[in-house]
Formats: sequence, structure tokens, C-alpha cells
Amino acid sequence: MNSMPDVTDPFAGERLKESPFHPRQAALNLRDAWSSWNGYKFADYYYDEEYEYFCIRNSCATYDICPMQKYILSGPDAEAMLNRMVTRDITKLKENRVTYVCWCTDEGRLIDDGTIFKLGADRFLLTCGSPSLAWLRKSAFGFNQLHITDMSDDIAALSLQGPTSCEVLKKMGLQGIENLKPFCISHFPFAGSEDTPLMVSRTGFTGDLGYELWISPDLALEFWDALYRAGENYGIQPYGESATNMARLEAGFIMPGMEFNEALKTIHFQYDQTPFELSLDWLVDFKKPHFNGRNALLKERDQGAEYTLVKLDIEGNKPAEESFLYADEDCSKEIGYVTSAMWSPVVKANIALAMVKTSALKSTIWAEIYYSKELRHHSKVAKCTLQKKPFWAPERARATPPAAF
Amino acid sequence: MKKYDAIIVGAGHNGLTNAAYLAKAGLDVLVVEKNEYIGGAAVTREMHDGWFYSSCSYVCSMMRQTIHRDLNLTKHGLVLVPYLGTVVFADNGDTMASYHSEEAEYNQLRRRSPHDADAMFRFQTDLGRYAQLIRKTLLRTPPNPTSFKPRDIRELLWLAKEFWSLGEKELYEYIRFFTMSAADFLDDYFEDDLIKAAMASPGVIGTALGVYSPGSAYILLHHVMGDVDGNVGAWGLARGGMGAISNAIAGALQEHGGEIRTNAGVDKIVVKNGKATGVVLDNGDELHSNIVVSNMDAKRTFTQCMDKNDLPAGIYEKAKNFKIRGSSGKVNIALSGLPKFNNVADNRYINRGGQGFVGSMETMERAYDCWKHGRWSEDPFIESVIPSAWDPTVAPPGQHWMSNFVQYCPPQLADGPWTSEKRDAFGQTVVNKLERYSPGFKDLIVHMEVRTPHDIEAEIGLTEGNIFQGELTIDQLLFNRPFPGYAQYRMPIKNMYMCGSSTHPGGGVSSACGANAAREILMDLKRPNTVPEDDFYDE
Repeated sequence: MNSMPDVTDPFAGERLKESPFHPRQAALNLRDAWSSWNGYKFADYYYDEEYEYFCIRNSCATYDICPMQKYILSGPDAEAMLNRMVTRDITKLKENRVTYVCWCTDEGRLIDDGTIFKLGADRFLLTCGSPSLAWLRKSAFGFNQLHITDMSDDIAALSLQGPTSCEVLKKMGLQGIENLKPFCISHFPFAGSEDTPLMVSRTGFTGDLGYELWISPDLALEFWDALYRAGENYGIQPYGESATNMARLEAGFIMPGMEFNEALKTIHFQYDQTPFELSLDWLVDFKKPHFNGRNALLKERDQGAEYTLVKLDIEGNKPAEESFLYADEDCSKEIGYVTSAMWSPVVKANIALAMVKTSALKSTIWAEIYYSKELRHHSKVAKCTLQKKPFWAPERARATPPAAF
Repeated sequence: MKKYDAIIVGAGHNGLTNAAYLAKAGLDVLVVEKNEYIGGAAVTREMHDGWFYSSCSYVCSMMRQTIHRDLNLTKHGLVLVPYLGTVVFADNGDTMASYHSEEAEYNQLRRRSPHDADAMFRFQTDLGRYAQLIRKTLLRTPPNPTSFKPRDIRELLWLAKEFWSLGEKELYEYIRFFTMSAADFLDDYFEDDLIKAAMASPGVIGTALGVYSPGSAYILLHHVMGDVDGNVGAWGLARGGMGAISNAIAGALQEHGGEIRTNAGVDKIVVKNGKATGVVLDNGDELHSNIVVSNMDAKRTFTQCMDKNDLPAGIYEKAKNFKIRGSSGKVNIALSGLPKFNNVADNRYINRGGQGFVGSMETMERAYDCWKHGRWSEDPFIESVIPSAWDPTVAPPGQHWMSNFVQYCPPQLADGPWTSEKRDAFGQTVVNKLERYSPGFKDLIVHMEVRTPHDIEAEIGLTEGNIFQGELTIDQLLFNRPFPGYAQYRMPIKNMYMCGSSTHPGGGVSSACGANAAREILMDLKRPNTVPEDDFYDE
């Protein structure tokens, strides 16, 4: 590969990469609202963030997950290596199933979360938000019968989410798609071929009915067109980072850079988090053989985490963005901070995820909220109520087959 | 014989809201409804195989979020989805789309009139200022200005303070605004006729006034002061149709132990010794209760469901003269495909939201002239929405249903009573107009439901088919709604209340009337209040 910049465009070296779906997405990005993700040009939104959010909740919408990092781990040692790296027991994962995992440093601090797809007995796909090749290589030390291939640029993927998503895939001709259960994988023919180059997993990051669609980049545009043709009467629309962030918060999912600071990128001592702090206890399996961070996590399990990530339902309608939390209405005893907050249009509630000192969870929680009105700053103190379940968890997200809408 | 704590007459959205809050306070409540379905005018009905019409009301922006949240209506199946994009059509074929981006909207207005593009900022700001004040009153009981009760004095002072906070100049403007016509109000801002016509149309919706009639300016405000998730002026669709709102409130009511009986029309509200004691149903059954809450309009309540002799002097006359003139019809159309309109780009965000066939200021006024003469308008103002373009649940995929709100259409015709032939002819007038703007429209029609004010009254019970349960003019607003002296939801008969849109804050699917009435009832019963106080005033 030629690493020399293209001199015909003096700024070529600075320009972002374009996803295989870019030509179609660019045509629909009426607001030119671009940001970036892992070196790719990436939409914040295309038309309007709230509209796109409502497509996720009301019809269906696609999110470009090409910039997500994708690694194929194959070979007889693949399973053992992954099991050594992540906190969950991967040996329980069946073929054509997906599982949500996280992995930690020796100190039990969270490096990243992601999903593992078991594609074959000794073939796995690991996806995650941040580039992780270096950590995978380090984790593979001692596992010799193993290949790690960075497929990030070699698999194109779209996340199709929303109540009409299953209908759209049916309309596209994916036979039996309605029987695909959550966290399961299926393969389908595409573009007239008898092969099955289209992989579909019933996964997503919105808490709603939805699928992730995986295909070779050279088929990306053809695939997009087929999907959008099928979706035309089902309200299909691309969505960007803003709508994703709204949907995932309602679903109670954590986001790097919001709820957690990746351990390998954390300068200050313990400014990163442990799975226990992030309420990911259910991802940590002490019954399985040794895994990275096990000792530290055992210790934390017994001592209790200093902070706990909680879901809050907050009085009023002012989002508690970047709010401090207190144990008293006078705001004298600080007990935590809000990590993500928004007004939830579908639930009609003022919701937030927050890190609260575990010892203070029993007290009443108050948020000091700052907001501005025509340039003048105001603050208010609002009572918070702990919420156990996700803010949004519709029946259709679990049902198989899901209802038509 | 069973005695309920409260019987609510009419399972429209306000009646259900009222009942839900009373039930939440622990009262044993029963809602009686004359139709076999609940919802009143906030209803979804499958009128053709696979097509679910919001037969009457069709969009929503006034629904109080605080009530939505408090009654947990999302859990009971309610999702409100904002819809985008309206195109208005002028007589001469011109079109103007409302774009969702402020910048795009500005550019478009500038192409019509640079003056009006600039004036739009001032217009929106002024409307926002007026709206903000009215919005704050929605979940409050209007004070009685003649009372010396501490609560009335406190509320009056609050109201006075809010008015004063507008500043002296705006105070005068505001008072003028309440009595102005939409046309006069708009003349102060705009020069382009289509822009004016587009802005004026909300000033006459549901009202037997024309764009040049005094009082229409306020009605304009009533239609733009709502919001969806804090976006003031935005309109939403209830996923599954407007019935989803009523059904969700009914779900909350039932969760709190309330009861609903359909096919149970009320013949009479029973009064004994000056107190309401229950109702007699159409089938002759008498049901007993400690209080009776009427969700029917004021005119129907007092002139049709009560014995004149049970009423204090003057009330019957007040009710008889209550201004509740029907002015609009509704044509619901099932379509085999999405209609294409002349001079509208194939822009997926604007060509499937709403259509406003406003024509011009002149056309709208001429349409009103027909109404005055007891005829439906030959060239009516039509406000249309195609909810199926947004909501996948209301029509088969790729097919659509179009809601057409038509003005003007009188409840009584000059040439004799409404007949099915006349109703069909009215429907045809509407279809002909749509065909003019969308050649081929007629070929798409799969099914059609035509509703005149006469039909709306017969079916829903709204007197004269008035969609607001009484016109929204200053003589019938705030402490004058429905009648001076009776604006606090208590009626002249002891133990009797009203909770429908005939009361403050008036028409629209807001749940506010029902909630406010529940708060007053609970206060009288010395029960703890279950109605939320925080209406997110501080915006």
C-alpha cells in the first residue's frame, strides 16, 4: 500500500475516509452535518435528529456501522483466547449467536465493550467502538493457533432498527427472517447469487426491534438500494450519531466517552471504570477459568464498587446534562454526577444515566440542573428517582416473530 | 343499589382524564359512554379493511406532557410522533412548503418576499410571547374575578403579574390581539397574500368566523401554542391514530380501578333537592353517584340532559345561547397510493406531511360567505394530513389514508335538512377540489367517509358538530368559559361538574380540562390532589 499522500489534492491526507455507503448517505445528508468516527466521515444527523430518532421508534432507520471496528479471530485457540480476554464465559456461546461482552485491564478497569459473533467452531467476529488490534495481539500472547484479522475496512455493515425493520427485510426477500431470535445470526443470498453473502444478526444499539446487516463492501451500494427500495413504504431513513445517542440512552446502554473512559486512554488514576461501577456485574463470570482483571474484580465484588451507574427519572423537563448530584436539596453533600441526560420524547420523561456513590444510593438524590433561556443562565434543583428497568423496552424487541409494526 | 363516588358522562379524552385522576385518588368512578366505542372525538376506527381513520380529530399538539408522563400513557401504548412538512396551495397554483430548517424556511420566504422573510422573525417572537402566557394558564383553574376568596385573589394577582410582565406596550398589543381578526393581525407583519393566507388559516379552523372576523387572531394562537416535546408550534400524530390517546388514558383509568360502560347514553342527569344524584340512561336504568361530571358540551348538558326546572334561573338561557356553531366537515379518504400534487417537489420530507388548500385570503373569506348563507363552501379551505405517510399502523403498506378537514360546512342547510345525497355532494366538492391540485387523485380513492357537522353531532354528540365544544372567542374564554361565574368546573347544581372542552382552556386534545376539573372535585371532597401541578411553565 502506498503511504504517500496524493499530491493532486494537497489536502488529501487530511480528508476523512468515506464509508462504502457514503454516496447514498451523502445524497441524503441535507444538512451537511458530518462528524467523524475512527477516521471515517460520519453523519451526526441527515435531516433532523429528532425526526431520525422517531424513525427508530415509529418506522425504521439505518445507521452506518462501517466505522465500527471488526476483527475476525480464527483458529483452534480463538475461543480460549477470547475467553481469557473478556469477562464473560464465551464457551457457552453457541454457533450463530452473538453476545455482548466487555474486557478489562489487569486492574479490572474497563477497556471497551463490544459484541462477539460465533461464526463457526473456531471462528469469531469481534466488534467494538475503538481500534483494538494492539490489545488483541497482546491478549493473544501464548495462544499460537490463532489468526487475528482486522476486517474493519473489509466488511460493510448497516444497522436497521425500528418497528418496521422485520417487515422491510421480509419485503426484501429474506425468507424466515421473522423467526430470527434476538442475538441470533442468519445468512441469506443476495444479488441473485446462490451464496449467502448477507449476514443478518438480530442485534442493535437502540433497545428496539432491529437487525445488523453485514455484507462485502463491493456489494454495499447494491445492497443499500435494495434495502431502501424495500423500505420505501415503511418509513426508512438514515440516522446518525445524535439519534443513536438518544435511542441508546432510553435503552440504558452505555457509551464510551460518556459513561466510561476507556482504561487504555485514561491518564488520571482510576478515572476509568470497572464493570461493577458500570452496573455490568452480569457480564462478569467468576465461575469460568482465569480472565484478564479477575483478581482485581473479585476484590471489588467483595468490597463493593465506589460508584454505581444508575438510571434516573428526574422531575421537570430540563435535561440534567453534566449535573452534579447531591444527597440534599441544598446541594451541600455531593454524591455523584450525570453522565448522559435527555428529555425522552417517547416516554415523556426527563431521563439520565448517572454515576452515584454506592453508599449514597439509599438517600434521596437531587440534581442541580443548569439551563439557559435566551442567553441568561438559570439553575434549578430537581428530585431524582432511581429507575431499575430501561426507560424504553418494547415487547417487539423481544418477540419472535415480532408484530408487523 | 350501588352508588359510585362519581359518574362521568362521556368517554372522550377529557372525561377519561378526569375519571383517571379521580380513580387515582381512590374514588370509585364510572364513565358512561353512548357509543359502543370510547374516545369521543379522539378516536381511531377501522372504517375500511386495513384502514384506520382518526375519524374526527387527527393531529395533536396540546396534549399536556406532564399528564402524559404522570398517567404513564406510554406504558398504556401512547406514542406521539411529530410530523413534518406542510405545503400550502394558492389559487393560482403557487405552492409554499414549510421546511423544517429555519435557514431553508427563511430562504424560501425570501424568494416570495424579502420583507416577509424578515417580518416572520418578529411575528414568531410576538406569537411566542402571547403563547407563553396562555400556556401557563392551561393547567390552572381560572380565577373568579368577582370573588374575594383568597385563592381567587391569589390567582388573579398571578394573572395580573403575568400580564404586567409583558411590559406596557405589549400589554396594549395583547388586549388588541384578543379582539382582532387574523387578517388585521397579519397585515401588521406581511405583504404576501399566500404567506398571509397560510398564517391566517389556523385562525378560523373549527370556528364559524372568517379570516376578517374579529376574534380570529386568538384562535390562530390557540393553534400554534401547542408543542411536541418542547418544540412550540409543532404538531404530532398519535401512533395508531387519535384513538391511541383515549385508549391509553382509559388504560390508566382502569389501572386505577375505574370502570367504563359503553352503549350507555345518558338521557338525564338526575337532580334531587338541588343536588345531582346520578344519571338515567337511555335504556331507563338509573345509576347513582355522589357526584356527576359532564364531559358533554355545555349546551347539550343543560338543554338536553337536564330538566329545565332543576336549573337555577338564567342557566338554561345561558346554555341555549352558548356559542357553539358548527363550521367544519371532515372527509376521510382511503387511497391506493400517495397522491402527487402540482408544483410540489418529490421531497420525502415535505410532500407527505400536510397540505393546506388555502387559496388566498379572498378565497377563504368567500368560503365563509357560503356558510353564512347556509351552504357549504363551493371552494372550501381544506387542511389535509396523510398520517399513513408517517404512521405505519393506519393503512396497508404503500397505501394511504388522508384526513381532510373542510371549512366551511354548516350544521343546518338553508334549503332544508341534511340528506345522504347532500352529504355525498359535499364530499364530491372536496374531492373535486383535491383533484384540481392533484390530477388523478380520484383514481386513487378506495373508500371515503364524509362527515358533515350534522353527522358529527349525531355520532359524537358535539352540538352543531363544533369541534371545540364551544367557540374560542374572548367572550367564552378563561373565566367566561363556559359561562361567567361557572368557570371553575363547578356547575350551578351541587355535586355537579363539567370537565369537557366547554371549560377552560377549551378545545384541543390537551387533557387539561379533565385534569383541572378533577383537581377542583378533589378539593371539594377534601381529598389529596392527584393532578400534577408542574406543567413545565418555565420554558
